[in-house]
Amino acid sequence: MSSTEVEAVLSLDRVTVAWPAPRKGESEYVAVEDVSLEVGRGEFLSVVGPTGCGKSTLLNVAAGLLAPSAGSVLVSGERLQGINRRAGYLFQGEALMPWRSARENVEAGLLFAGVAPRAARERAEAWLARVGLSRFGDSYPHQLSGGMRKRVALAQTLVLEPRILLMDEPFSALDVQTRQLMENELLELWSSDRRSVVFITHDLEEAIALSDRVVLLSAGPRTRPIGDFRIDLPRPRDVAEIRASPRFSELHVHIWRALRAEVLRAYAQSEGRA
Amino acid sequence: MPRAKAAHRELGPAALLALRVLLLVAIFFLWYGLVTLRFLPAFFFGRPFVVLERVGQWFASGKIYPHLGVTLIETVLAFAAGTLLGVAAGLWLGLRAMASALLEPYIKAANAMPRVILAPIFAVWFGLGIASKVALGVTLVFFIVFFNVYQGVREVSPTVLASVRMLGASPRQLVRYVYLPSATSWVFSSLHTSVGMAFVGAVVGEYLGSAAGVGYLILQAEGSFDIDTVFAGILVLTGFALLLDYVVTVIERRLLVWMPRAGRRE
Ligand SMILES: Nc1ncnc2c1ncn2[C@@H]1O[C@H](COP(=O)(O)OP(=O)(O)O)[C@@H](O)[C@H]1O
Ligand SMILES: [Mg+2]
Repeated sequence: MSSTEVEAVLSLDRVTVAWPAPRKGESEYVAVEDVSLEVGRGEFLSVVGPTGCGKSTLLNVAAGLLAPSAGSVLVSGERLQGINRRAGYLFQGEALMPWRSARENVEAGLLFAGVAPRAARERAEAWLARVGLSRFGDSYPHQLSGGMRKRVALAQTLVLEPRILLMDEPFSALDVQTRQLMENELLELWSSDRRSVVFITHDLEEAIALSDRVVLLSAGPRTRPIGDFRIDLPRPRDVAEIRASPRFSELHVHIWRALRAEVLRAYAQSEGRA
Repeated sequence: MPRAKAAHRELGPAALLALRVLLLVAIFFLWYGLVTLRFLPAFFFGRPFVVLERVGQWFASGKIYPHLGVTLIETVLAFAAGTLLGVAAGLWLGLRAMASALLEPYIKAANAMPRVILAPIFAVWFGLGIASKVALGVTLVFFIVFFNVYQGVREVSPTVLASVRMLGASPRQLVRYVYLPSATSWVFSSLHTSVGMAFVGAVVGEYLGSAAGVGYLILQAEGSFDIDTVFAGILVLTGFALLLDYVVTVIERRLLVWMPRAGRRE
């Protein structure tokens, strides 16, 4: 086991997150409990679970934005304190600074790191070109489409060359076509430098199409991993084509059986609450 | 003004403008008719053509310019100082939960107080010159800007904030890259009101005791029961306020390019 421990770029070690009770007299809400999770070097890991189960919560813990109630986060074996400087985070919602143009958004992280303005600008331009937006450097976020904004956010994160890429349902707000384009672009960018990725989604097909490994989470409260599946589909992949392959269907059926029980359980719970 | 836009479409811009001018002329002649036919006493309501003549004379002789200049300087200084203080206080309190909790009732009280009442005190403290008018204007502008910045700081998108922190921003860089621009947009949203308030502060201050400014002209004319000059002063003030508002609009367009604006073409 020691060899995998060395290999793990990021690991959550028995992480529990409890939110304070919403009203007096009620007990606190334990969103995730005792979750251990490891991401290997260059591994593309997807975490799938029903909405509201605590996926974003776990990712925020991994990013150092949220301190767990119990447990710890290890980054390349070292215990994380404060913001995870090795990680880039692609958020579910709109995260670009609306008052800065696309280029200024991409530059920002470099300027924070003390890179000279001219060099920062050049690297930002290069990354805008890589995500196909070299003509839109001067546009403000509100002048760009949803897909273009996601591309800017991707460039903004990747320009810093993070060792770990945390992605929280990054494409869930996009239409199906744009989403497939973005997924393929993501795979292409990823294959060129093989960073470790933690990709959060509630869409099992998306998870299988993109990943090396899929971890399933149970429904909340007290969410924990309930399944860990290796995805042995060949790379490079095209997300649209791979979905048509027989091996994809096999994997999908296999994993879906495990997931369905949880989805039904979550559904029954929400019905019970309503 | 969506209604104005609908009318725009129905009538066409030229016809609408013509109607608007016509309305102004009609009111003017109604006023003129009522006064000359002695339904209204000229002593209290003025004579429209004399009022216009007075305004003309002021500009022709150049007598009005130094007074307009003084009022303008007071307005600009009050606006600048009030905005600066408001932004600083709003940022500071917005980022410090303890301090804001401590000061909240006092800020509310200070804002609820009718501050025009401070004018005589400021006259005693700062004399009858520009400073007392600026001080009055500052108390009016400060709270508008302060509350907007305070709001702006608290309503910064948590996602943007988390994202910028993940990009490696230090607390100071967070202020510069996120809080300040966000607050600025809120300051701009209140720009028309705060410039207007700076102007009110200047004129009211002048009116309550001064040696120069358009408010002073009105005060003087009132002292000698010269109602025509009072109306002329009001007319000049109104025109000046419209001009200021227009300048603000132009500046706003320049500086807030990043903001989505309804109906603007991209
Ligand atoms: N700041 C918070 N305070 C209290 N409860 C929260 C907070 N954030 C999330 N939760 C709760 O924790 C659970 C998990 O939320 P989240 O991680 O956002 O789920 P997911 O990303 O899987 O949809 C939900 O039940 C949610 O209501
Ligand atoms: Mg979520």
